[in-house]
Amino acid sequence: MASETHDAAGQAASTPGLPQLDFSTFGNQIFWLLVTLVVIYFVLSRIALPRIAAVMAERQGAITNDLAAAEDLKVKAEQAELAYLKALADARAEAQTIVAKAKAEIKAELDAATAKADAEIAARAAEGEQKIEEIRANAMDSVKEVAKDAAAEIVAVMGGKADAKTVSAAVNARMKG
Amino acid sequence: MATEAHGADDGGLVFHPMDQFIVKPLFGEGAVGVFTLTNVTLWMALTVLAIIALLVMGTSGRATIPTRMQSVAELLYEFVRKMVEDVAGKDALVFFPYIMTLFLFILFANFLGLLPMAFTTTSHIAVTAVMAVMVFLTVTILGFVKNGPAFLSLFWVSSAPLALRPILAVIELISYFVRPVSHSIRLAGNMMAGHAVIKVFAGFSQVAMIAPLSILAVSAMYGLEVLVSFIQAYVFTILTCVYLKDALHPHH
Repeated sequence: MASETHDAAGQAASTPGLPQLDFSTFGNQIFWLLVTLVVIYFVLSRIALPRIAAVMAERQGAITNDLAAAEDLKVKAEQAELAYLKALADARAEAQTIVAKAKAEIKAELDAATAKADAEIAARAAEGEQKIEEIRANAMDSVKEVAKDAAAEIVAVMGGKADAKTVSAAVNARMKG
Repeated sequence: MATEAHGADDGGLVFHPMDQFIVKPLFGEGAVGVFTLTNVTLWMALTVLAIIALLVMGTSGRATIPTRMQSVAELLYEFVRKMVEDVAGKDALVFFPYIMTLFLFILFANFLGLLPMAFTTTSHIAVTAVMAVMVFLTVTILGFVKNGPAFLSLFWVSSAPLALRPILAVIELISYFVRPVSHSIRLAGNMMAGHAVIKVFAGFSQVAMIAPLSILAVSAMYGLEVLVSFIQAYVFTILTCVYLKDALHPHH
């Protein structure tokens, strides 16, 4: 196929040698080249290049704005962090004072209650002791009574006549010993 | 080249590596006039469409977070703009759309030319020479308008010894006028040679014995050509910036 076209074209245009040096086609090529270049130039300078320049400028602007906004937000975040840390420290200090106060209150209450309880316990103990003392005294008297009665009976049984005064003195003397 | 290819017809091996560069009418046969719709027209139109697709449709979203297409468009924009600014200086940014036009046209024409069956418009001297001459005229006129006769100090190397300066001036003058030639032939030559080599390797694949090797070579060359396509567009553009810098600041 190639050889046929070559032969046909070769005979038709009768061009020996390089097609590049076939001057009969130069006018045609130059004419279409100029048309092409003019069209490309107008398309580029009127539409494509301004549009691309605008898009790129816009993008640059957007990037600059975003960077500035990011910087702003970063500062804000830092401030927020500082405020948060400060609030945290404040809250901690406050909590500590509250804890200390509560501790002191509880301690005072506890001390008061302890003192009260101690006093009550002491009072009760004294009361109990007094009662025991009374009971003991009563018991002593009862024993004396019983011993006198028993001694008088024993003396009566043995045939003597019990002198109440003597028996009582004797029992008292014995009880002391 | 073509005669050699014809000579090989007898052996069964057919090479026509240069056929891909023939300019022919899109419709019917006949001579190529100035306004004839040719394959040049077709592939230049496709170049324009590709540029519009990427740089206009790709950026139609105007998204702050770019889509893939928009990213590529922005990448190209930044790349060329930075190149103009770094090489030629801030005052050369007036010419940024002009340089961007050249860069994108060459880049897309080179890449589109790599499609199978494509026609590479930038492989033609006529095309690259027009662009090189445009740059040359722009730079020369701008140099004289901006600096007046002082622009001629570009050729007077004041840092060299006085005795050498006239000789250097002649050399500088020659090199200045050779600029458009090298500027255009570099691009066209690279594109033509790469495509021709690919075609030659493709021709070898007609022989079953070496077909795998030739297909491998075509793949490798194709990868290299993708690289060359970009590099040549880059080189053409950066040289334009360098020339522009000479015009704006002629003092070495």
